[in-house]
Amino acid sequence: MTLDEISILSVYSAMAVYAIAFIAYSIDLAKRSAASATAADAQVAAASGTTSKAAATAAAGGSVQTAVKANAPAKAASARPGGDGAVAYGRSPSLRVAVAMTVIAWALHLAATVLRGIAAERVPWANMYEFALTGTLVITTVYLVVITFSRTTDLRFLGTFITGLVLVSLGVATVNFYVSVVPLPPALQSYWLVIHVFVATAAVGFFALGFALSVVQLMQSRREAIAATADAAKKSFLATLPSAASLENLAYRINIIGFILWTFTLMAGAIWAEKAWGRYWGWDTKEVWTFIIWVVYAGYIHARATRGWRGTRSAWLAIIGFSAVLFNFTVVNLFFKGLHAYSGL
Amino acid sequence: MVSSRRSEAERADAASARDTGVDPLRPSDYDDGTTGADAGAGADAGDPGRAASADRNRGDAVTGPKLGPVGWLRFAWRQLTSMRTALLLLLLLAIAAIPGSLVPQRSSDPNGVVQYFADNPDLAPVLDSFQMFDVYTSVWFSSIYLLLFVSLIGCIVPRTKHHFQALRARPPKTPARLERLPAYVERPLASSDATDGAPTSEAAIERAAADLKRAGYRVERYDVRGAPSVSAERGYMRETGNLVFHTALVGVLVAVGIGGGFGFSGQRVIVEGQSFVNTLAAYDSFNPGRFFDDTSLTPYRLTLDELEAVYETENRDALGQPIDFTARVSITGDGEAAARELKVNEPLYEYGTDVYLLGNGYAPTITVRDPDGEVVFTDSVPFLPQDANLTSIGVVKVPDGLDEQVGMVGFFYPTQTTLSSGAFTSSYPDLVYPVLTLNVFQGDLGINEGTPRSVYQLDTSGMEQLTGGQTGVDSIELMPGESAELPNGLGTVEFENATPDAADGDYSESVPRFASFDVHHDPSQGWVLVFSVLILGGLLLSLFVPRRRMWVKAVTRADGSTVLQYAGLARGDDPGLERAVEEFADAHAGKEPVAE
Repeated sequence: MTLDEISILSVYSAMAVYAIAFIAYSIDLAKRSAASATAADAQVAAASGTTSKAAATAAAGGSVQTAVKANAPAKAASARPGGDGAVAYGRSPSLRVAVAMTVIAWALHLAATVLRGIAAERVPWANMYEFALTGTLVITTVYLVVITFSRTTDLRFLGTFITGLVLVSLGVATVNFYVSVVPLPPALQSYWLVIHVFVATAAVGFFALGFALSVVQLMQSRREAIAATADAAKKSFLATLPSAASLENLAYRINIIGFILWTFTLMAGAIWAEKAWGRYWGWDTKEVWTFIIWVVYAGYIHARATRGWRGTRSAWLAIIGFSAVLFNFTVVNLFFKGLHAYSGL
Repeated sequence: MVSSRRSEAERADAASARDTGVDPLRPSDYDDGTTGADAGAGADAGDPGRAASADRNRGDAVTGPKLGPVGWLRFAWRQLTSMRTALLLLLLLAIAAIPGSLVPQRSSDPNGVVQYFADNPDLAPVLDSFQMFDVYTSVWFSSIYLLLFVSLIGCIVPRTKHHFQALRARPPKTPARLERLPAYVERPLASSDATDGAPTSEAAIERAAADLKRAGYRVERYDVRGAPSVSAERGYMRETGNLVFHTALVGVLVAVGIGGGFGFSGQRVIVEGQSFVNTLAAYDSFNPGRFFDDTSLTPYRLTLDELEAVYETENRDALGQPIDFTARVSITGDGEAAARELKVNEPLYEYGTDVYLLGNGYAPTITVRDPDGEVVFTDSVPFLPQDANLTSIGVVKVPDGLDEQVGMVGFFYPTQTTLSSGAFTSSYPDLVYPVLTLNVFQGDLGINEGTPRSVYQLDTSGMEQLTGGQTGVDSIELMPGESAELPNGLGTVEFENATPDAADGDYSESVPRFASFDVHHDPSQGWVLVFSVLILGGLLLSLFVPRRRMWVKAVTRADGSTVLQYAGLARGDDPGLERAVEEFADAHAGKEPVAE
C-alpha cells in the first residue's frame, strides 16, 4: 500500500465517522424539539394557574446576556421554562457522542491530509481534490476550536451543519475530484502556494461557520417573530438555541475573521501573481470572483452598521457571500477559463 | 426587559457623551447596534451639527421643489455619502464585476474575444456595444467605483477632521445612574484605600484613574452630585484604523490610476543564442501607459543563452508534465555582461524593468536554397505550441530569391506519433523523435505593399497550395538534418540539426528552443503594496480594537456605606466588555461583590 492509498482509506474512515456524528447531531436536534415542546406545555400549564403575563413575556423576550447564560451546563435535557427566551437544554448524551465522533473523524481526516502531503512531498493543497480535503479539514478544525474556546456561547448545535457539509464535500471530492499524486507545475512552485492557498482555505472555514450561524439566525428571527402567537414555534429546537441577536453577533465575529483572512488571500495572491504571471492584478476569472466575494463581505460589514440593514438583511448578505465562495471553488474552477487552472481535472 | 433598559441607559449615556462629542462621526443612517439611541432620538437634540442637518433633511422633504441649486447639491451630497448609498454601490460593484468572468476580456484573454466573435457573430457585437469585453474599463463599471470612491471620500474627510478633534477631547461626563449600563458591577470600598484609618472614596477613585490610565485609557475626573468618579475612554485606534483602511483604499485607486500610466509592458520572443535590446522597435508587442515616455527605456541587451525544460519521466500519472523551466540569460547594460537565471516564479529585476519567463517552445532552424544551392532563407522560426505535448505551428515566408514568393505552414512534433486516423500528433513535449511537416504555398505573400502582417500567420488568399491538404501531394516531412526538394523545382528546404555531431538517434538538443519574455515597468507597484499593507493593518485595528468607555464612581448609600460602581459601555462591536469591566473591578477592589 502506498501512502496515498492509506490516505484515501483514512478519508473513507473519516467519512464514516462523520456520518455517525451527523446522525448523533440530528438526534440531538430532535431532542431539542422535544425539550422545548415540554417546556412550552409546562408553561401553558403554569400560565393557566397563575397570571399568564409573566410567563408569556419570559418566552417571548430575547436578550443576549441571558440567552447565553442559559447554555451554561445545566442538567442534561432537563427542560424548564427559561425566563429569558431560550429554553435551558444543556448537553444531551447524543450531543456528547456527536462531539466525540467529530473529534475522531477530525483526527482521521487530519491523518489523511498529512499522509497525502507526505505522499506528494509538498503541501496537500495543489489541486481541487486536495483543496477540498484541506478545506473541509479547516472547517472542522475551526468548529472544534470555536466550541472549545468559546466561553460565552455553546455552538455545538452547529455540528449537524458542519459534519453534513464536510461529509458531502468529502464525498464529492473523493468521487469527482480525485487525482493521483502528480508533481507541481512550475507556476505553483513557490512558497506563496503555502501561504496564499492555506489562508484562503482558512478563510473559507470561517465563512462556512459564519454562513451556518446566519442561516440559524434567520430561522431564529422568523421564529421569534411568531413565537408569541404560534404554539409550534415554541416547540421548535430553535427554542433551545441563542437568540437571533446573539447569533447575529456571533456570525459577525466569525465572518470578520474570515474577511480579514480573505483580504490577506487577495493580497498574497496579487503578490504571487506578480511573480508568476508578470502582473499583480489582471481580472483573471478567479481574481474577479475573489474580488466579488471580498466586496460582498465588505457590503455585509457595512450592512451591519446601516440602519434598516442590521439583522435579517445583513444575514442574507453573509449567505450570498458564502454561496459565492462555493461558486468560486466549484463552478469557476471547473467551467471558467482562466489562469487559475489548477483543478487537476 | 433588558433591551429597553439598555436603550434607556444608552440614551442617558448618549446625552452625556454628546456634551463632549467624542463619538466617531458617522453618516446619519449609521447604526452599529450601540449607537442606535444616538442616531435616533439623540441626534435631534444633542449634536448641534447633526440636529441641524436632520432639520435640513426634513426641510428638503417638505419644501423640496423650493430648494435652490445649492440646497439640492447639499441634499444630493448627503444622499451620496450615506451608509445606504455606500452599501448599494458596493453591492452594485459586486454584481457589475460578474459579466467580466462570463465573457472573455480583451485585457486578459484577447484571443478568447476573437474566438467569441467567431462563435457568436450575432451576439458579440451587441455585447461589445455594452463594453462587455472591456468590463473593468467600461463606462458603467468605472462610474460605479468612482461614485463609490466619491462617496467614500465624502465620508472620510469630515470623519478624519472630527477624529482629530476627538483625539484631543475629554472623555464624556459620568452618567448619573451607572447601574443602568449594560456592563455593570459593584464592589465594596477596599481597605487599601485607607488614609486615616478609614478608606476614602477619593483615594479609591484616584487609584482607579491611575489604573485606567495605565491600561491605555484616557481619563477625566468628574464629581457627580458629590460622588467622586472617573470617566475613561479607550480604543481610539479603532477609528484611526478605520480611517487608515478607507484612505488606503483611495490610495490604491490613485496609485493604480496615475502610477500605472507611467509604466509599460512589452512582449518579446527570443530564440536560444539570440538577443534583444530594450528599445521600442525590438518588442514584438508593446503597451505603453498613458504618460509613458519611450526615451526612458534603458537600452540593455538580453541574450538567451539556454532554455532548459525538464519534464516528468518517472511518475506514470504525470508523464510529460513540465517540472521546471529555466532560462539562462546574459544581460549587458553599462558594464560587463552578467549571467542570470529566470524561472517561472523567479523574474529578473534589472535596469528598472521586470522580466518574466512566461512561455517557451521550439524554433526549428529552417534553411531554403534556390535550385543553384544558394541560401535564400535561413532562420530559427519560433513555432507556437498548441497543446501540452508541444505540437506546434509556425510559418516560414520566403519573399525573395526564388522564382515565386514561397510561404510554408509548418507543424512541429517534438515526439511524433501517428493517431489511428492517420494524423500526426506529439506524444511527449521533449525531443525524442522530432518531425517537421511543411505545407508549401507559392504566389503572393501579401507583404509587398508594406502592410504589416503577423509573422505567425500566412495569408494564403493570393497563394496556390503545392503540398498537403487537398493537393494530393504529401506534405514535406523532415527530421533534423534532413532536406527535401520543394515542388515545381523551386529549390530545397532543410531542417537543420543544431547538434549534427550527437550520437545516432539522440535528438535531445537538435532543435533550438525559444522563450517568450514579458518585460514590465510599473512604478505604481510599490505604492500599491504599501497601501495594501495599510489596508490590512487598518482593517485589523478597526475590527478588533474595542472602543470602550469605563466609569468608576464611589457612591454613598442611604445607610452611610460607600460602594464602588464600575460600568462599561461599548462603542461598536465589543464582545469582551463585560469581562473587561469585571476584571478591572476585581483588580481594583478585589473579587468580593457587595453583599446585598
